[in-house]
Amino acid sequence: MAKATREAYGEELQKLVQENDKIVVLDADLSGSTKTAMAKKVAPERFFNIGIAEGNMIGVAAGIASSGHPVFASSFAMFATGRCWEQIRNSIVYPGMNVKICGSHGGISVGEDGVSHQATEDMAIMRSIPEMRVFCPCDEWETKAIIRHVANDDKPCYVRLGRSAVENFFDENTKFEIGKVQVLNRGQKVAIFATGLMVQECMKAVSTLKAQGMEPTVVDVSCIKPLDEEGVVEILKQHDFVITAEEHNIIGGLGSAICEVACKLHPIKIRRIGIQDEFAQSGSYKELLKAYKLSDEAIVEAVKEYYQSL
Amino acid sequence: MNSLEKHANNIRKNIVKMVANAKSGHPGGSLSATEILSVLYFEEMKIDESNVDSCDRDRFVLSKGHASPCLYATLAERGLLHDDLMTFRKLNSNLQGHPNMRSVAGVDMSTGSLGQGISAAVGMAIANKVDHNDHRIYALLGDGECEEGQVWEAAMCAAHYKLDNLCAIVDFNGLQIDGEIQDVMNPCPIDQKFAAFGWNVIVIDGHDYDQIRAAFAKARACKGQPTMILAKTIKGKGVSFMENNAGWHGVAPNEEQLAQALKELEAND
Ligand SMILES: Cc1ncc(C[n+]2csc(CCOP(=O)(O)OP(=O)(O)O)c2C)c(N)n1
Ligand SMILES: [Mg+2]
Repeated sequence: MAKATREAYGEELQKLVQENDKIVVLDADLSGSTKTAMAKKVAPERFFNIGIAEGNMIGVAAGIASSGHPVFASSFAMFATGRCWEQIRNSIVYPGMNVKICGSHGGISVGEDGVSHQATEDMAIMRSIPEMRVFCPCDEWETKAIIRHVANDDKPCYVRLGRSAVENFFDENTKFEIGKVQVLNRGQKVAIFATGLMVQECMKAVSTLKAQGMEPTVVDVSCIKPLDEEGVVEILKQHDFVITAEEHNIIGGLGSAICEVACKLHPIKIRRIGIQDEFAQSGSYKELLKAYKLSDEAIVEAVKEYYQSL
Repeated sequence: MNSLEKHANNIRKNIVKMVANAKSGHPGGSLSATEILSVLYFEEMKIDESNVDSCDRDRFVLSKGHASPCLYATLAERGLLHDDLMTFRKLNSNLQGHPNMRSVAGVDMSTGSLGQGISAAVGMAIANKVDHNDHRIYALLGDGECEEGQVWEAAMCAAHYKLDNLCAIVDFNGLQIDGEIQDVMNPCPIDQKFAAFGWNVIVIDGHDYDQIRAAFAKARACKGQPTMILAKTIKGKGVSFMENNAGWHGVAPNEEQLAQALKELEAND
C-alpha cells in the first residue's frame, strides 16, 4: 500500500521514543503534518513544541543533545533547513550534536502551497556542510530503516521526507545496508540514479520502456551523503549513459553528487533530471511533476533520446 | 448592511469559494482578517487603479502570507485585480498559494514564510524616509507568527529608526496550526511586548469597523514611533463551524460545507 514517507517517519519515531526513553522530539507548529504528533501521543513528556521559531528550535536541539539526549527536530523541509542553515552548521554539525533534522514536504510535490513552501535546495545546502549526512528515502520501509539507523548512532543528519503517498519498493523484511546504493531494476546501457519520490517515477518509466524493448537500470540512492562512491562507480562502469532523477534543483543535490564521483573516477555522459534551476509554482503535485519534467513520461523521454542518438 | 459591510461579506464568500475550489488553502486566518483588509483597501490606503502597479503609493505586506485568499478577494472586490479568483492555487495561475509580487500588481511583497514580511515592511518604511515621501506602510501579522524571532528583530529596528510611517496589525485570533497559541508557544502579552520595544500600541476588536478606522487614524497621528494594532479577532469569523476552530486553519471545505458556509454568509446580504 502506498504511504507517504512522513507517515512512515511518524510511525517509526513513535516506536523509537517508546524503546528509548532518552529521545526528545521537537517540532515548530507543524506536528500534525510532520507526524511528530505520533511521538507526542506516546511520550508527551519528551515532546516539545517550540512554536513557529525554527531557528530557536535548532539551537534548543543543540542544547538538549549536548546534555546526552538524541533529538529529532522536525518542520517542513523548507523551514527546517532553509530558515536555520547557519544555526544547523554552527550549533549542530560543527559541535557534532546528536540531532536528526527530519524535514517533511520536501520538493515540489508539496503542491498547491507554492514556491515559499517547496524545498528544492534543501539537499544542496545540507550536503555542503562538512560531516553532515543527508538521507532521502523512497518508500515506507526504507524510511523506517533509515530512521531506526540514525536513532542508533550519535551523529547529526538530515532526512528529507515527502508529503504525498509513494508506492513500496521494499518490504518489511528487506535487509538494508544503509549508505549503499540499491539496484531496484537491473537493465542495460542506461542507468538511472534516483532518490525519494523519483524512484517511483523511474520504476513506472521502466514498465513503459520495457514494453518498447528498452530496459534501464534503476538505482535507488537514499544516502546522498556520504555517497557510496564504490557502488556508484560500479554502476557507471556497467553502462553507457547515465541519468539522475531528483525532486530538487539540479544544482547541489543527487545529480551534482553523482557528477562529482563520475568526474573523479569514471567520466561519462550524465543527464540530470530535476528542477532546472528555476522556481516552480502552485498546482497539484501530479501536474507539477509533469510541468517540471519530473514525471515518468519525462524519464521515458530521456531514455528514448539516448537510444535515438545511437 | 452598509457598502463596506457588503464588500466584506463578498470577500468572505469568495474566500470560502476559492479555498473550496482549490481544495486547499487557509480559510481560518483569511476570515479573521476580512474587516481589517476591507478598511485598509476601501478607506485607509491611498491605492487605486492608476497607481496599483507602482511602489509610489501606500503599501501593504501580508506577513501572514497564508491568508492570500483574503488579499486576492479584497483586491478583486476593490477592482484592483482582474484574474479569475477560481484559478487560485491552480497550475499557471497568477494567484499563487502564497502571495507572489511578481505575478500580481497589487501584491507588494512575496510572503509565505512567516516572520519575513514584517522585516520587508520595515525596509519599505525606511525607504520612504530616505525618499522623503509621506506614503504609509501597513503589515498584517499572525499571532502565531509573533513566535518568530525575526518579528522582534524587526520590531526593534522599526522603533530604533522611529518609523512612524509604519503600522503593523496583529491578527490576534488565539490560534495557530497545532492549537491555541497559549498552549503551543505563548507569545503573549503581545501588546506589552511591542510597547516595551518602543511601539505605539492600540488594542481593538478586529471585527469592529469603527474601532479599526479609529486605530488607523491614531496611527497616522502618532509621530516618532511605529504603531502596532492588536486586533482581537475570531479565526474563521462568519462561518459558524469554522469559528474558533484550529482544525480550519489550512483545510478546504467540501461541497456540502461550502454550501452551508455560503448559506450563512448570504443570509447577511
Ligand atoms: C517560517 C514558517 N514556519 C512555518 C510555517 C507553516 N505555517 C503556516 S501558517 C502557520 C500558523 C500561523 O499561525 P498564525 O500566525 O497565528 O496565523 P493565523 O492564525 O492568523 O492563520 C504555520 C506554522 C510557515 N508558513 N512559515
Ligand atoms: Mg493565529
